[in-house]
Amino acid sequence: MSHLPDQAGSNQVAEFEVPVSGHESMMSMIWQRFRRHPGAIAGSIVLGILILAVIFASLSPYDPEASDLANRLQPPSLAHPFGTDALGRDLLTRCLYGGRISMAVGFLVVLITLGIGIPVGAIAGFFGGWADNVLMRITDAALSLPALMVLILLSAILREVELPFFERNNVLTIAFVIGALSWMTVARLVRASFLTIREMEFITAAHCMGAASLRIMVRHILPNAVGPIIVEATLEMGYAIMEEAGLSFLGFGIQPPTPSWGNLLESAWEHMLKHPWLAIFPGLMIFMTIISINYIGDGLRDAFDPHKVLQKVGEV
Amino acid sequence: MGRYIARRLLQAIPMLFILSLVLFVLVNVAPGGPLAGHGRTRRPNPEKRQQLERQFGLDKPLPVQYVIWLVGNDWMKVDVDGDGIAESAGERRGILRGDFGFSFKTREPVLDEIAVRVGNTIYLMTVTLFIVAIIAIPIGVLSAIKQYSFFDISVTTLSFMGQAIPEFWLGMILILVFYAWLQNPVTGEPLLPPGGMKSLGADFSLADRAKHLVLPVTMGAVGWVAWYSRFLRSGMLDVIHQDYIRTARAKGLSERMVMMRHALKNALIPLVTIFALDIPYIFAGSLYVELIFSWPGMGRLYYQSAQGRDYPVLMAILIIGAGFTVIANLMADIAYAYLDPRIRYD
Repeated sequence: MSHLPDQAGSNQVAEFEVPVSGHESMMSMIWQRFRRHPGAIAGSIVLGILILAVIFASLSPYDPEASDLANRLQPPSLAHPFGTDALGRDLLTRCLYGGRISMAVGFLVVLITLGIGIPVGAIAGFFGGWADNVLMRITDAALSLPALMVLILLSAILREVELPFFERNNVLTIAFVIGALSWMTVARLVRASFLTIREMEFITAAHCMGAASLRIMVRHILPNAVGPIIVEATLEMGYAIMEEAGLSFLGFGIQPPTPSWGNLLESAWEHMLKHPWLAIFPGLMIFMTIISINYIGDGLRDAFDPHKVLQKVGEV
Repeated sequence: MGRYIARRLLQAIPMLFILSLVLFVLVNVAPGGPLAGHGRTRRPNPEKRQQLERQFGLDKPLPVQYVIWLVGNDWMKVDVDGDGIAESAGERRGILRGDFGFSFKTREPVLDEIAVRVGNTIYLMTVTLFIVAIIAIPIGVLSAIKQYSFFDISVTTLSFMGQAIPEFWLGMILILVFYAWLQNPVTGEPLLPPGGMKSLGADFSLADRAKHLVLPVTMGAVGWVAWYSRFLRSGMLDVIHQDYIRTARAKGLSERMVMMRHALKNALIPLVTIFALDIPYIFAGSLYVELIFSWPGMGRLYYQSAQGRDYPVLMAILIIGAGFTVIANLMADIAYAYLDPRIRYD
């Protein structure tokens, strides 16, 4: 398409706006399909409850970090529904505060993934040629990194570093490290959609009316490619939470005393055989969160994409 | 096809070079340098430190270090005793000639360190993948054939659960249940061992080996069984509605024949591709298994090297891992073209 005049005369020809009434009915169609997916609805409810609980964690009567040695390693009871840890801290409170950290990492990773993946995929798919070549080689190179190992290496290095905003593996650091290694799927997905959509006639029409490239990409192509991107972003949040938990479990992630689901499990490891609740509850929190996210992702996939074009993405 | 493979391999070479350069810089600009945390004291005295740096070649500028790491230093003279005169020939041969240097920690050649462990990881992964295959394939096929049956719905639910369980947490729960809670009713011992490849000091016995495999293999397999059975299910469902399946039925083949010969064979094509792409992740996942079950493999070596900042070992495993990933990706493409004649690469 690059032979078409991109910028020329974009002011001479007035673009006319298509009436947007079709847009709303599209959204309601998607909602109708989503609503009929029982797993997705259950997942939304559970995730909603978890998010609310995590947001209102500060309503808990216990302090997440102050130790209370008189009440060490208490089994679950009415006062401490999840029991207490080796320093006498209420495990439920720590799970909720840890959830703030873990979910914040999840959200941030999704933002970073989209922030890198969409521009890279859009430019590669829209312009093709050398831009496509360079960007896709970079994507390939990033994909051939042994992800978990590089993740461990980067966070092991950053654990010792004091940078502004990125102190000692805080939420931002971990999110950037995970995000830097997970934007490639979105980039490929966006590129694939852009490759298909840019050949369609309404894009040619937009070109002929003199719309600028950026406008065509943002206003005409992106809205039509949004389904798979939303599905991928949803699932990415689950992967990110899982990766953060794994890293923190290994000791390379969020550093104690700040709780995260992963480092709660790490500190459970040595007391686990005698005090199993320490290992059971934080893991259950991760499990409930991720299974909810995956069901929501599944529902969104069915809602956006009744023909399952998603499966073909890897081959384009 | 041959030309395609050659081109892909040629493309991989500069990519691996760039990767190695990036990883090398990352490792070496880490605060405190590669020697941070080396030795028993946090701050070795300056003289000792200088000696160590000279010994490991860390006193040279970074680009020189990279060249030495890559092609060795046996073609140049090096200064061993620190008097400023380069008098003796270097001994490193560089990774291009298969010399990955010495571990900071054990002072053994890195390749020897890896050689001791790699067999254990391959052993664990082979058993795990075998188990994954014999469980996931029948489950995927059956739940597609009996779509929306009770079996299908429960398997689909289970596979959602299997994919949402953090692998390391599953390992912890397995240890809790099968080591701490359940006991062998005859001897009163824990039902299954919580780690290791074999009982210490015992003679080799197949039963003992198998007992030590059960929990690690279960931990490693659950997520992959969930993923592959779901993948195969949707692949089968796609295939079952194709015209050639109707043709196969119409010419009077038995349902079993139709499913095994015509449906399953075609549904396995995308599975093989995905599997080749997954191999690096499968091996990476063994890191958690090896840590939880004290399995002396590569993943645990990597973890320990990251904790102890044993950079020669880290670099070696990273580069081997990257090369391995490139080859796995290429194999995925080749397998795809080989199994599906409609795919053409030029």
